Amino acid sequence: MRDWLIFGIGAAALLAGAVVVTQTIENEYFFFASYVVLQFVVLATAWNILGGYAGYVNFGSAAFFAIGAYIAVALFKAFQAPLLAQLLAAMAVTGLMGFAVGALTMRLRGVFFSIATVAIAVICETLVVNWGFVGGARGTAILQPSAPPLFGSYTRMLFVAMALFAVLSVAIARYIETSWIGRGLRALRDSEEAAESLGVPTLKLKLFAATASGALMGLAGAPFALYMSFIEPTSAFSLNYAVSALAMPIVGGTGSWIGPVIGALLLGSVQQIVTVTVSSELNVLIVGLLLVAFVVAAPQGILGLLQRLFRSRGAK
Amino acid sequence: MPLQLLIEAVIAGVLLGCFYAAVSVGLSVAFGLLDVPHIAHPAFLVLGAYGAYLLGTYGIDPLLAGALLTPVFFLGGLGVYRFYHAVFERRSDAGLRGLAFFFGVAFIVEVALIVAFGVDQRMVEAAYIGKSLAIGELRLPIRMLVAFGVALLLTGTLALYLSHTFTGRAIKAVAQDQTALALMGADPVRVKQWAFGIATGTCALAGALLIIVQPVEPGLGRLYIGRTFCVAVLAGLGSMPGTLAAGLILGIAESIVLTSLGASWAPAVAFGLLLLVLAIRPAGLFGR
Repeated sequence: MRDWLIFGIGAAALLAGAVVVTQTIENEYFFFASYVVLQFVVLATAWNILGGYAGYVNFGSAAFFAIGAYIAVALFKAFQAPLLAQLLAAMAVTGLMGFAVGALTMRLRGVFFSIATVAIAVICETLVVNWGFVGGARGTAILQPSAPPLFGSYTRMLFVAMALFAVLSVAIARYIETSWIGRGLRALRDSEEAAESLGVPTLKLKLFAATASGALMGLAGAPFALYMSFIEPTSAFSLNYAVSALAMPIVGGTGSWIGPVIGALLLGSVQQIVTVTVSSELNVLIVGLLLVAFVVAAPQGILGLLQRLFRSRGAK
Repeated sequence: MPLQLLIEAVIAGVLLGCFYAAVSVGLSVAFGLLDVPHIAHPAFLVLGAYGAYLLGTYGIDPLLAGALLTPVFFLGGLGVYRFYHAVFERRSDAGLRGLAFFFGVAFIVEVALIVAFGVDQRMVEAAYIGKSLAIGELRLPIRMLVAFGVALLLTGTLALYLSHTFTGRAIKAVAQDQTALALMGADPVRVKQWAFGIATGTCALAGALLIIVQPVEPGLGRLYIGRTFCVAVLAGLGSMPGTLAAGLILGIAESIVLTSLGASWAPAVAFGLLLLVLAIRPAGLFGR
């Protein structure tokens, strides 16, 4: 209980900080870049619920992200729906997608599951490319509504919203991890048969984890079109999201909720800096290289490296 | 759909299907027989296509370029497997980490190609590209016929190699029971390394076919994840006749969708078929 109190105070402080900087920092680019980093915190945390805790590697994160974005766009174009409605609808649809992916785990494990998620991503992209209402392959422009009161610009408001989503998703991941759900997921990750035979409701847990993971990825993507003022399938379904969603938790450490946060903050910031200073190709390359380097040399991620460091100190 | 159009679509599908079998045989060996989660296979294909493109700028025929690059890819494959085995397989956590590793490798290959060549489409020149053979009403592009012939040759050779040579049978044996093979006095790791080398070697020639059949850009590998895995899984992991049959099924299905619904739906065919196979019969048509 005390842990949660500290976590809650930290989260509230972070959110307050986010609101304060919107009033104090003038540079609009700061919010533009921070939004992307926070979006990756949500995406990485969401991936880790299914990938890290349950051990089902999802290569199709981009599909959840993009479908979240496109559902929001469709509602906006059709009814001028308010942001909250867009977000909830996006979460509902991607949550259902997640549920379907969870149902796939009944028959598919390991590589087969992962390839199936790639398949889902390409099928979703094909559907969107052929969906004329949201612009098809050409994409569609979205006008940001005028800046809400209290915030200087709409982007600033989205920045605060994304900070809230980040805190929310980390809290959900932390809850899952520390409760019996997390223990069950870890048990089934190590051996599904053993877990099932000991009475762990593996299917229910997998469905829950996949649904939560999908809904949060959709939430990360939902404001994307309003943030960019434009959306088209190639950038929304970019492989970059799929790779980042998996690379960030692996670099940070998949065992704990803080791992994806560390990975996302680190890789996300590096990406932003490299994109501005060198080139956007190089930043993608860095993510790939770091992913391979960590998978090969430090499978426990930065978290594992830190733990080893402290343990060896303690031994001396 | 009128019958004439359907027949044309089926014939085009057969040509395309043999080509799909050729780009997938490597994966059938690596994933089907060796159980390596080789999601970077399509990326290596695209790498082979760029190799053919690069040699093509010196006036070398793409097919010859593919043949020349095969030993290079073979050696590269030996290296990749050695590394994969040392880092993942020996520590027996090959599953998830191996998958993430190959995913990362595929991504790096794609981005490296973008950095080196840009995102523009590349193509090669040869006497047989751009012309077509007319049989009555039917027009068959000669590049597809070339790809069809070479693909049949590649798949057939590999099938014969696996079933009729000593090493080929050893590869099949390692897929069935690694421990038994070790008890016979053969080193399963060396057999698997050799097989993975062959699997990677086919990427050079199949990549050359790829750039003969269509213009190539770095992101193409992603599309071929679906096609190659669809064929390899539908084939029933490791079966060479199965690979050919599965390639034909995919080729014909894609060709019919292409003529009836349009090109923008084609990418979903392979992935849709893959999902269907995974859901209904993961063991494939000719499953072990």
